Amino acid sequence: MPSYLGNLMDNIFSYSSLYLAFLMALSLVRAVIGPTVLDRMIGVNAIGSKTVVLLIMIGFLYHRVDMFVDIALAYAMLNFIAVLAASRYFQKRKGLYDEALYR
Amino acid sequence: MDIMDIIVCVLLFSGLFFLTGGAVGILRFPDFYSRLHPAGKLDTLGSLLSMTAFALFNLHHFSLGALLTSLKILLIVVFIFLASPTATHGIVDAGVRAGLAPWTKGEKRR
Repeated sequence: MPSYLGNLMDNIFSYSSLYLAFLMALSLVRAVIGPTVLDRMIGVNAIGSKTVVLLIMIGFLYHRVDMFVDIALAYAMLNFIAVLAASRYFQKRKGLYDEALYR
Repeated sequence: MDIMDIIVCVLLFSGLFFLTGGAVGILRFPDFYSRLHPAGKLDTLGSLLSMTAFALFNLHHFSLGALLTSLKILLIVVFIFLASPTATHGIVDAGVRAGLAPWTKGEKRR
Protein backbone atom coordinates (compact mmCIF):
# COMPACT_ATOMS: atom_id res chain seq x y z
CA MET A 1 0.00 0.00 0.00
CA PRO A 2 1.56 3.33 -1.01
CA SER A 3 2.07 5.85 1.73
CA TYR A 4 -0.18 8.61 0.39
CA LEU A 5 -3.20 6.28 0.67
CA GLY A 6 -2.59 5.96 4.39
CA ASN A 7 -2.57 9.73 4.56
CA LEU A 8 -5.89 9.77 2.74
CA MET A 9 -7.55 7.59 5.40
CA ASP A 10 -5.98 9.75 8.11
CA ASN A 11 -7.49 12.81 6.44
CA ILE A 12 -10.89 11.14 6.27
CA PHE A 13 -10.76 10.26 9.97
CA SER A 14 -9.56 13.76 10.85
CA TYR A 15 -12.38 15.54 9.02
CA SER A 16 -14.91 13.02 10.32
CA SER A 17 -13.86 13.81 13.88
CA LEU A 18 -14.21 17.53 13.18
CA TYR A 19 -17.73 16.91 11.87
CA LEU A 20 -18.52 14.76 14.91
CA ALA A 21 -17.38 17.60 17.16
CA PHE A 22 -19.78 19.87 15.26
CA LEU A 23 -22.61 17.38 15.94
CA MET A 24 -21.65 17.37 19.62
CA ALA A 25 -21.96 21.17 19.61
CA LEU A 26 -25.49 20.80 18.18
CA SER A 27 -26.37 18.41 21.01
CA LEU A 28 -24.83 20.86 23.47
CA VAL A 29 -27.35 23.48 22.29
CA ARG A 30 -30.16 21.22 23.51
CA ALA A 31 -28.31 20.65 26.78
CA VAL A 32 -28.11 24.43 27.29
CA ILE A 33 -31.58 25.62 26.21
CA GLY A 34 -33.62 22.52 27.11
CA PRO A 35 -36.65 23.63 29.12
CA THR A 36 -36.56 20.82 31.67
CA VAL A 37 -33.68 19.10 33.37
CA LEU A 38 -34.54 15.88 31.53
CA ASP A 39 -33.99 17.62 28.18
CA ARG A 40 -30.53 18.57 29.40
CA MET A 41 -29.96 14.94 30.30
CA ILE A 42 -30.91 13.88 26.75
CA GLY A 43 -28.35 16.32 25.36
CA VAL A 44 -25.61 15.13 27.70
CA ASN A 45 -26.38 11.48 26.90
CA ALA A 46 -26.17 12.19 23.16
CA ILE A 47 -22.81 13.94 23.64
CA GLY A 48 -21.53 10.94 25.61
CA SER A 49 -22.53 8.40 22.97
CA LYS A 50 -20.83 10.50 20.28
CA THR A 51 -17.70 10.79 22.44
CA VAL A 52 -17.21 7.01 22.34
CA VAL A 53 -17.05 7.14 18.53
CA LEU A 54 -14.78 10.19 18.66
CA LEU A 55 -12.34 8.50 21.07
CA ILE A 56 -11.79 5.55 18.74
CA MET A 57 -11.27 7.95 15.82
CA ILE A 58 -8.64 9.81 17.88
CA GLY A 59 -7.02 6.43 18.50
CA PHE A 60 -6.74 5.86 14.74
CA LEU A 61 -5.24 9.33 14.31
CA TYR A 62 -2.58 8.59 16.94
CA HIS A 63 -2.09 4.96 15.69
CA ARG A 64 -2.70 3.74 19.26
CA VAL A 65 -6.19 2.31 18.88
CA ASP A 66 -5.46 -0.61 21.24
CA MET A 67 -5.15 1.88 24.10
CA PHE A 68 -8.03 4.17 23.10
CA VAL A 69 -10.47 1.25 22.83
CA ASP A 70 -10.17 0.68 26.59
CA ILE A 71 -10.71 4.39 27.25
CA ALA A 72 -13.80 4.36 25.03
CA LEU A 73 -15.24 1.31 26.79
CA ALA A 74 -14.69 2.89 30.21
CA TYR A 75 -16.28 6.13 28.98
CA ALA A 76 -19.34 4.28 27.67
CA MET A 77 -19.84 2.55 31.03
CA LEU A 78 -19.33 5.83 32.93
CA ASN A 79 -21.85 7.66 30.72
CA PHE A 80 -24.43 4.89 31.21
CA ILE A 81 -24.03 4.86 34.99
CA ALA A 82 -24.19 8.67 35.17
CA VAL A 83 -27.42 8.84 33.15
CA LEU A 84 -29.06 6.08 35.21
CA ALA A 85 -28.07 7.72 38.51
CA ALA A 86 -29.26 11.16 37.37
CA SER A 87 -32.60 9.80 36.16
CA ARG A 88 -33.11 7.98 39.48
CA TYR A 89 -32.32 11.24 41.27
CA PHE A 90 -34.66 13.48 39.26
CA GLN A 91 -37.71 11.20 39.16
CA LYS A 92 -39.09 12.48 42.45
CA ARG A 93 -39.07 16.16 41.44
CA LYS A 94 -42.54 17.51 40.72
CA GLY A 95 -43.19 20.52 38.52
CA LEU A 96 -40.20 20.28 36.23
CA TYR A 97 -41.56 22.99 33.93
CA ASP A 98 -41.36 25.63 36.66
CA GLU A 99 -37.61 25.91 36.26
CA ALA A 100 -37.87 26.89 32.59
CA LEU A 101 -36.55 30.30 31.70
CA TYR A 102 -39.34 30.79 29.16
CA ARG A 103 -42.47 28.89 28.18
CA MET B 1 -7.64 2.97 -2.15
CA ASP B 2 -8.61 -0.68 -2.18
CA ILE B 3 -12.03 -2.22 -1.74
CA MET B 4 -11.70 -2.46 2.07
CA ASP B 5 -11.12 1.27 2.46
CA ILE B 6 -14.17 1.99 0.29
CA ILE B 7 -16.33 -0.26 2.50
CA VAL B 8 -14.92 1.48 5.59
CA CYS B 9 -15.72 4.92 4.12
CA VAL B 10 -19.28 3.93 3.17
CA LEU B 11 -19.96 2.52 6.66
CA LEU B 12 -18.38 5.53 8.37
CA PHE B 13 -20.28 8.10 6.31
CA SER B 14 -23.61 6.32 6.77
CA GLY B 15 -22.91 6.21 10.51
CA LEU B 16 -22.20 9.95 10.49
CA PHE B 17 -25.43 10.47 8.50
CA PHE B 18 -27.49 8.71 11.18
CA LEU B 19 -25.70 10.62 13.95
CA THR B 20 -26.59 13.84 12.10
CA GLY B 21 -30.23 12.78 12.07
CA GLY B 22 -30.05 12.15 15.80
CA ALA B 23 -28.58 15.58 16.55
CA VAL B 24 -31.09 17.42 14.34
CA GLY B 25 -33.97 15.42 15.81
CA ILE B 26 -32.89 16.27 19.37
CA LEU B 27 -32.90 19.94 18.40
CA ARG B 28 -36.16 20.09 16.44
CA PHE B 29 -38.69 17.72 18.02
CA PRO B 30 -41.34 19.57 20.02
CA ASP B 31 -41.40 17.58 23.22
CA PHE B 32 -39.30 15.79 25.79
CA TYR B 33 -40.81 12.38 25.03
CA SER B 34 -40.53 12.78 21.27
CA ARG B 35 -36.93 13.96 21.61
CA LEU B 36 -36.03 10.62 23.14
CA HIS B 37 -36.94 8.92 19.86
CA PRO B 38 -33.95 10.24 17.82
CA ALA B 39 -31.73 10.24 20.90
CA GLY B 40 -32.32 6.57 21.63
CA LYS B 41 -32.45 5.03 18.18
CA LEU B 42 -30.37 7.04 15.75
CA ASP B 43 -27.40 7.31 18.09
CA THR B 44 -27.41 3.54 18.52
CA LEU B 45 -27.52 2.86 14.78
CA GLY B 46 -24.91 5.52 14.04
CA SER B 47 -22.62 4.04 16.67
CA LEU B 48 -23.13 0.53 15.22
CA LEU B 49 -22.21 1.59 11.66
CA SER B 50 -19.22 3.72 12.74
CA MET B 51 -17.85 1.05 15.08
CA THR B 52 -18.19 -1.61 12.35
CA ALA B 53 -16.19 0.67 10.06
CA PHE B 54 -13.49 1.07 12.73
CA ALA B 55 -13.30 -2.68 13.40
CA LEU B 56 -12.89 -3.36 9.65
CA PHE B 57 -10.27 -0.63 9.27
CA ASN B 58 -8.34 -1.97 12.25
CA LEU B 59 -8.05 -5.37 10.53
CA HIS B 60 -6.15 -3.81 7.61
CA HIS B 61 -2.80 -5.09 8.89
CA PHE B 62 -3.90 -8.47 10.19
CA SER B 63 -2.43 -9.84 13.43
CA LEU B 64 -3.72 -11.44 16.60
CA GLY B 65 -3.55 -8.15 18.51
CA ALA B 66 -5.49 -6.32 15.80
CA LEU B 67 -8.12 -9.09 15.86
CA LEU B 68 -8.50 -8.75 19.64
CA THR B 69 -8.80 -4.96 19.32
CA SER B 70 -11.51 -5.36 16.68
CA LEU B 71 -13.37 -7.79 18.93
CA LYS B 72 -13.14 -5.22 21.72
CA ILE B 73 -14.60 -2.54 19.43
CA LEU B 74 -17.50 -4.89 18.67
CA LEU B 75 -17.83 -5.47 22.44
CA ILE B 76 -18.39 -1.70 22.81
CA VAL B 77 -21.20 -2.02 20.23
CA VAL B 78 -22.79 -4.84 22.26
CA PHE B 79 -22.53 -2.72 25.41
CA ILE B 80 -24.11 0.30 23.66
CA PHE B 81 -26.95 -1.92 22.43
CA LEU B 82 -27.59 -2.99 26.03
CA ALA B 83 -27.01 0.38 27.71
CA SER B 84 -28.66 2.88 25.37
CA PRO B 85 -32.25 1.51 25.57
CA THR B 86 -31.83 1.10 29.33
CA ALA B 87 -30.72 4.72 29.74
CA THR B 88 -33.58 5.91 27.49
CA HIS B 89 -36.07 3.93 29.54
CA GLY B 90 -34.61 5.40 32.72
CA ILE B 91 -35.09 8.97 31.43
CA VAL B 92 -38.67 8.22 30.28
CA ASP B 93 -39.44 6.70 33.66
CA ALA B 94 -38.13 9.79 35.41
CA GLY B 95 -40.33 11.99 33.21
CA VAL B 96 -43.46 9.92 33.79
CA ARG B 97 -42.97 9.76 37.55
CA ALA B 98 -42.25 13.48 37.75
CA GLY B 99 -45.58 14.10 36.02
CA LEU B 100 -44.57 15.67 32.72
CA ALA B 101 -47.55 15.84 30.35
CA PRO B 102 -46.89 14.82 26.75
CA TRP B 103 -47.10 17.43 24.00
CA THR B 104 -50.30 17.42 21.94
CA LYS B 105 -50.99 19.06 18.60
CA GLY B 106 -51.79 22.75 18.80
CA GLU B 107 -49.76 23.42 21.93
CA LYS B 108 -46.71 25.63 22.02
CA ARG B 109 -43.42 23.91 21.30
CA ARG B 110 -41.42 23.33 24.43
